[in-house]
Amino acid sequence: MANNIGFDFTQNVSRALKDKQLRKNFKFAMGNFILKRQQIFPDKNETERLRESGKAIKKRALSKLPHLLEQLEEKCTRNGIQVHWAETTAEANQHVLRIMQAHSATRLVKGKSMVSEEMGLNEFLDQNGIEATETDLGEFIIQLNNEKPSHIIVPAIHKNKKQIAQIFHQKIPATPYTEDVEALNAIARKTLRQKFFDAQIGLSGVNMAVAETGTLCLVENEGNGRMCTTVPPVHIAVMGLEKVVEKLADVPPLLRLLTGSATGQLITTYVNMITSPRKNGEKDGPKEVHLIILDNGRSEILADPELRQTLQCIRCGTCLNHCPVYTRIGGHAYGFVYPGPIGKILNPQVEGLKKAGILATASSLCEACAEVCPVKIPIPQLLRRLRNEAYTREPSCTVKECGCQQNLIDSLAWKGWEVINTRSRLNAIGRKIMGVVGSKIPPLGPLKLWNRYRIPPKFARKSLHQLVKEQGVENE
Amino acid sequence: MKEYPEKPDTVYYFGTCLIDMFYPQAGMAGLNLIRREGIRVIFPQEQTCCGQPAYNSGFFKEAKKVALQQIRLFAEDYPIVVPSGSCAGMMKHHYPYLFAEDSNLDAVKRFSNRIVELSEFLVQVLKIKLEDRGRPVKVTWHSSCHALREMGVIEDSKSLIRQLKNVELVELLNENECCGFGGTFAVKQPDISGAMVADKVEDIRQTGASRLLAGDCGCLINISGAMEYQNLPVKGQHLAEFIWERIDGK
Repeated sequence: MANNIGFDFTQNVSRALKDKQLRKNFKFAMGNFILKRQQIFPDKNETERLRESGKAIKKRALSKLPHLLEQLEEKCTRNGIQVHWAETTAEANQHVLRIMQAHSATRLVKGKSMVSEEMGLNEFLDQNGIEATETDLGEFIIQLNNEKPSHIIVPAIHKNKKQIAQIFHQKIPATPYTEDVEALNAIARKTLRQKFFDAQIGLSGVNMAVAETGTLCLVENEGNGRMCTTVPPVHIAVMGLEKVVEKLADVPPLLRLLTGSATGQLITTYVNMITSPRKNGEKDGPKEVHLIILDNGRSEILADPELRQTLQCIRCGTCLNHCPVYTRIGGHAYGFVYPGPIGKILNPQVEGLKKAGILATASSLCEACAEVCPVKIPIPQLLRRLRNEAYTREPSCTVKECGCQQNLIDSLAWKGWEVINTRSRLNAIGRKIMGVVGSKIPPLGPLKLWNRYRIPPKFARKSLHQLVKEQGVENE
Repeated sequence: MKEYPEKPDTVYYFGTCLIDMFYPQAGMAGLNLIRREGIRVIFPQEQTCCGQPAYNSGFFKEAKKVALQQIRLFAEDYPIVVPSGSCAGMMKHHYPYLFAEDSNLDAVKRFSNRIVELSEFLVQVLKIKLEDRGRPVKVTWHSSCHALREMGVIEDSKSLIRQLKNVELVELLNENECCGFGGTFAVKQPDISGAMVADKVEDIRQTGASRLLAGDCGCLINISGAMEYQNLPVKGQHLAEFIWERIDGK
């Protein structure tokens, strides 16, 4: 996952928090998403039942993942889809390049795909002399401005109308400045239309792949995904290996959860079900379809029964929309492809705790994400687990670079905390001392950070323990 | 649907470490509200902390030792009333997780099953009736994340406020959004936490209320501290202490 060179989370956060426009853009957009989701899932019990079924479908798929992947490969191959396996993002990129080269292709159009972001595909293709054009409107905007997505499903959500108008005006030749949304859409449509015609290969992501039938499902609202998968003679689909589901019957509930959670829609404008390339006698569709299945650390996550739940994710982005931290710092501050709550549990597992472990600290564990996750991933629980692994080196640890944050100060502090809280005499003495000198503690270390935004709380002269005793409340 | 015990003769009271140190009057008020209903309250003097600070920071081993210390103190089969949604959530829902592969699991579960948050205990079990003796006042309410999402007791808390006839409850914008406390989060990510609590204070300012009520002292030290820092003359108070004041301790 590129885009984190010189990654300094604290600095990113501080920069993002100072950007008033950015905070306003996010607050406004996330508020809208929250409202839309509420409207599409009005019945709490019904939503709960649906989330339970979503979770069950994904759990079942993960419990037999190797088998389902084999079945998917077999069905796809039988349908005429060529399947390629990639253990790493580098391998996945090589697959794309090889297919491009086999067709002497130099122009690619892309539908929205987070896995392609994970692969750093655009940069890789650029280095190999291939032009990759993003055709999702949001992706198109940020590609023009040389930026990365700030959100999983609405990549340019950090931009407002005026900023987009400016980008179009500056980056698309002969484009007058306009803030008219219809006009901006028309500019994008016109620019992209030619790209669709010129492209030799179209690339897309995959929302779900059905093992039973070898079907690739793709949802979108703009029609660009359908263009990418049908206009060019060759279609390449890229997916993370956790996107496989067992049966066609698993698709409708997941689809309902995905579109409802992501954009508050009952269904997206386009739902593509791709099961084969163009067959003999058919007049349209690509002549070749390739499916690249990426691992990139996922099978290691799968091996841990608790952390495996990370892979239930269907990338709807609703945890981002509901996260009070994401809403304030935006997607870029996270420094990795996947931002927000899901990114906080995914990136440290894929990239290791040394590089990405700090993300797990950026949560108040408020559980807003767990409350809305359509497949019920217990994100706060997994965050605690990652925090635990960052400080622990034990045979039970499974995350890369576990124990990397171990240090004497933290170990001693928490050991001290344990001692004071397991010895009631010591605790009583501590209470008495704090009651007298507590308010005179010099503002150092954590207290200094606390005081940056608050007045410190005042220690009571008499603790509850003392008051209770004085009032004759029974001890046992 | 949650199930509640019959009105018991005796309960345990777990005061929580934050109340113990910073808001003992709130703790006393909660305890007295229970005693007011003729119930015997036991407060084991050796109790300390539920263990959540270490647990949330990733120090599971230390958290377990402190948790076990509490569990042993509450040995009889009485309900354990906790004047905090967060500590109650820790003891009710997280202890079984923390001890999932531990030989003490059965004892832990017996303990966890007896945890009741104060508001739900007053409303659902004691069916408490309150008579407001205070002057008219405008208050607003902050839902703590764990009282809301782990314990599900916010409606009980608010129903207590609504029993007080001279109290006007103004709904807080973004009431269900975290105030940014999150225990050690507030000092591990001070700027994010600071931005969250600053927004919370702004929403409180907009209500025009003179008091901010909550059922969790973690939120209260955070929000009250930030209100004081910004010179907003609103008093943050634990719900139990507010009620005790309103009914004049009767």
